[in-house]
Amino acid sequence: MIPQAVLDQWYPVAMTSLVGPWPGRETQLLGRPIMVFKTQSGAVSVQTAQGQAVAVTLAYGHVWACLGTPAQDLFALPEAAQPGRRLVDCGVVRVKCSPLRAVENFLDIAHFPFVHTDVLGAEPHTEVGRYEVQIRDDVDEVWATKVHFYQPQAAKSAAGGIVTEYMYRVAAPTAAVLYKTCPNRTNEWDVIGIFVQPLAEDLCDVYPYMALFDDVTPQADLIHFQQMIFLQDRSILENQIPRLLPLDPGMEIPTQADLTSVAYRRWLKRKGLTYGAQVVAA
Amino acid sequence: MILYDYILSASCYKVRLMAALLGIKLDLVAVDFHPGRAHKSAAFRDLNPAGSIPVLVDGDLVLTESTAMLVYLAQIAGPQWLGEASPQSAARVQNWLAFSGRLNSSLGLARLHDMLHFPADITACRTAGHLCLRELEAHLTQVRLEGRIFLEGTAPSIADIACFPNVALAPDGGVELRDYPSVRLWQRAVRSLPQFIEMPGIHRLHDLKPAPHSGAAA
Ligand SMILES: [Fe+2]
Repeated sequence: MIPQAVLDQWYPVAMTSLVGPWPGRETQLLGRPIMVFKTQSGAVSVQTAQGQAVAVTLAYGHVWACLGTPAQDLFALPEAAQPGRRLVDCGVVRVKCSPLRAVENFLDIAHFPFVHTDVLGAEPHTEVGRYEVQIRDDVDEVWATKVHFYQPQAAKSAAGGIVTEYMYRVAAPTAAVLYKTCPNRTNEWDVIGIFVQPLAEDLCDVYPYMALFDDVTPQADLIHFQQMIFLQDRSILENQIPRLLPLDPGMEIPTQADLTSVAYRRWLKRKGLTYGAQVVAA
Repeated sequence: MILYDYILSASCYKVRLMAALLGIKLDLVAVDFHPGRAHKSAAFRDLNPAGSIPVLVDGDLVLTESTAMLVYLAQIAGPQWLGEASPQSAARVQNWLAFSGRLNSSLGLARLHDMLHFPADITACRTAGHLCLRELEAHLTQVRLEGRIFLEGTAPSIADIACFPNVALAPDGGVELRDYPSVRLWQRAVRSLPQFIEMPGIHRLHDLKPAPHSGAAA
């Protein structure tokens, strides 16, 4: 049985630009087969195998679906509508891992120098300073702020190494966004996200997403950069043990760098969002 | 020299790797292979009617097969990479270049299926991939018994570079390499070549060493 709280959340199920006519994208959500297609009037519809239409929202270049009754509106990402930003759809990558693991890895700051060597991090610049993590009750989201990190090439448009400031945000159970110092505009943040479609408890489709201030870099270069970063994570994600995300805080000892992950797990547990999680200690 | 490139493509990486090992600088042009399928566009087909990547352009020369690109780069900057001069050796190198095509249509396709949703008979791909790996394992074990490590002769050649990427990326397509110890040792030898470069899914050699500060399998 899938908990009702899980069914009542929004999940990404397709890139809007690639949705075709019936039967459209035949995929699955939380283990259930669904079809994402354009109706004759041009609207996007999501149906279960039984022909039942489910709740749909189009936002941030993606189709979002909810199999139950939406517990809230889809999270707000006002930056996506900001003039001058380029929205970059980075395709979809399938990963044999828990959807929650994919989000947790995205939140893990300490892995940059080891996994994204010489791009997002470099030895010996491996230390993560103190930063702040909170579960914001007003928006019901997890936020990590004041994260500072040395990066050799923080973005496609960055010429050399810089200390980059980050904010991390868990905006939905399987959607996370990070804000980072924009190399081209000092008073703005670049927005990078991953939207994760839970196909099953240990299988997901991951849609990397970007909304950047960058008028120069060709679109294909931006896509390659983001895919390179994400694919460096894929092999690690597929080899994680245990495969499901443990929600029991006793199982792993947190360090400063893991605080965001701890908050994410606590938030999931509190909300009963256990799909892809291991609730009982192994 | 311009390489029309896709960062996640094993065949493109083959050419980037060869160029790096030879110290040749390529001008990379990123092609939106996924999700844009730009390699199938009319504009790209003007350059390469097959609609495939990579494409290497050097003046009037346009190459559309990655193995031909390896030959070209080696001819320019490192003829020792073409293998030894004997008819047998030269022919065996050609054999490995063709073999790398089999790796691409088995292990390579399994990877594109698992990772980027390419349509494929995944079981057939993986079975064919294991057959290739068994052939490779048998050959490399024999080579090791003779005190060598590379596919052909005593030094690395374009044969190694042609076969390395799809083998190293096999786990991305659900084909594990744990049953192929000689293949793994050979991979390690390729990864230790001076000026070796990585790609997503293929890490540099220091990853094989234990982490300096923790026992956790991070
Ligand atoms: Fe990462």
